[in-house]
Amino acid sequence: MSTSERGIISTADRQRGVIRYGLAAIQVLIFIAVAIAGVGPLLWLLKSGVSTSQDILSGPMQLWPSGIQLKNIPDAWNRVQIGAYLGNTAFIAIGSMISTLFVCTTGAFVLSILRPKWGPIVTGAVLATLFLPGVISLVPLYMTVLKMPLLGISLQNTFWAVWLPSAAGAFNVLVMKRYFDSIPRELIEAARIDGASNLRLFTALILPLSKPIVGVVALLTVIGSWKDYLWPLLVLPDPTLQPISVALPRVQKTTEISLQMSALFLAVLIPVILFLLFQKQFLRGVGMAGGIKE
Amino acid sequence: MFQQRTQKSGRSVITWYRSGGLSAILFALPLVLIFLYFSWGPIIRGLVLSFQKNNLVTPAEWVGWSNFSYVLTDPQLPQAALNTLYFAFLALIFGFPVPLFLAVFISELRKTGWLYNVLSYLPAVVPPVAAILLWTFFYDPSGSGVFNSILGWFGIGPFAWLNSQTLAMPAIVLEATWAGAGATSIIYLAALTGVRTELYEAAELDGAGIWSRVWHVTLPQIRGIILIMMLLQLIGTFQVFTEPFLFTGGGPNNATMTVLLLIYRYAFVNGDFGAATALSVLLAGVLCALSVVYHFVTRRWSTT
Repeated sequence: MSTSERGIISTADRQRGVIRYGLAAIQVLIFIAVAIAGVGPLLWLLKSGVSTSQDILSGPMQLWPSGIQLKNIPDAWNRVQIGAYLGNTAFIAIGSMISTLFVCTTGAFVLSILRPKWGPIVTGAVLATLFLPGVISLVPLYMTVLKMPLLGISLQNTFWAVWLPSAAGAFNVLVMKRYFDSIPRELIEAARIDGASNLRLFTALILPLSKPIVGVVALLTVIGSWKDYLWPLLVLPDPTLQPISVALPRVQKTTEISLQMSALFLAVLIPVILFLLFQKQFLRGVGMAGGIKE
Repeated sequence: MFQQRTQKSGRSVITWYRSGGLSAILFALPLVLIFLYFSWGPIIRGLVLSFQKNNLVTPAEWVGWSNFSYVLTDPQLPQAALNTLYFAFLALIFGFPVPLFLAVFISELRKTGWLYNVLSYLPAVVPPVAAILLWTFFYDPSGSGVFNSILGWFGIGPFAWLNSQTLAMPAIVLEATWAGAGATSIIYLAALTGVRTELYEAAELDGAGIWSRVWHVTLPQIRGIILIMMLLQLIGTFQVFTEPFLFTGGGPNNATMTVLLLIYRYAFVNGDFGAATALSVLLAGVLCALSVVYHFVTRRWSTT
């Protein structure tokens, strides 16, 4: 893990028999527990995804008494349209990421670098929302989306209804601002003396210097959007627009169990593969996000 | 005199413009508009709505405190509040120590730590809704359900799980812990890399065993992040929705009815937006009070 030369348990400890074997035993036990918890449900899902409904119901822990049903997978893809829902999910996540990054980088640029006189008021107003739990604006936010004040249009059944509210996150703005605050002022002054405009300062100096934090905010937004259920359920009643999280429980009521399982399997497979491919970057990003919370 | 002043202010507008005042406004525009529409606006609107009768069909009318009195005298509220507290309590008992223990353990493993990490994070990668639907199968109350057949090998059960008034809530918490532990433990792990290891040397020379090293050296150094994670978890569990909504819909016999489910029911089943926002405002108030109390209580601990 770290490059530190020692941890809690010292080399002297490790030479004592009780600790050496005790530790090995604990290690094995925890490995079994973690493996069962992490991989067990996925393996079960893999097995059930290619089983008949009858097998899933009567013998969930048996290995294919009626044989492997490989055609369940293309059936789920075509008849349940898992592909389309996964596409919606990705589209919603990417759109939320772009709108969040756009709002929080430009906003933080004003509040941290340009520092106009009215800046502290905006910072204070953003900070204040951080302390209010999300539940307070659930219903009024829904009504806002149904009929936008002043504009009079409805965002319901458009992806904007998910993309735009996700950008109003105080945490992201403040994290970004704090990162911009740590950029040495000399760099900014030097760019100013070279005659850089605000736009050029933003695109050529600040953004390239902020790649790590932009990556973390992007990752957190995508994870958040991927996990969201209640909000897309409320604002996207049109089935053709729904992300997989909203579609699965609805589809479940009308599909036979074997297809449900294959659909679930496909819904789980793609994020798991993406995670396993990029696990190092992923875990580092999520860990960094925790450091920011402190 | 007058001319001079206009000249002066005219000039200051130009200097303001030259120094980038206008572009500052343009840069701030996305943030201000988005927050006005989707954060500040709805918060204020929520406060206003809680004093109105609103069903989106007839025009809104002021009704004073009657939404609050309606919500507070609803016979379902005490049950929902107790259930929410029970959920938060169970999630704290199970969900809080597991990731912390896992993180301290993994940080001790130098070569194989990453494998534990990846495995324990896997459940967090599964989309929550897919995980809940999957676990609904695991909790199948018949003797041939997944958990019941596994327990059956050891001669235990079968249990009714989600259909049982006493087991439904612990079953939901078990799934939530499974889904959340890996992600939380990653955050603790990141904090643990900052622990100063030379203190272990000193503690060991003073004769401290392994457990007392963990208790007196490791945990105090990551106290800040532990306290914050605990508060965030509490705030999150008080607003739990997806799990009880999809697992049980509040049943059986309201045993898993939470405050957020009640808000959902007011607004999107009964169409009573006034009552829903009144209850939201009450819950938000409780959470704010909780955060303030928590802050003062834990500040005393951190300084000693």
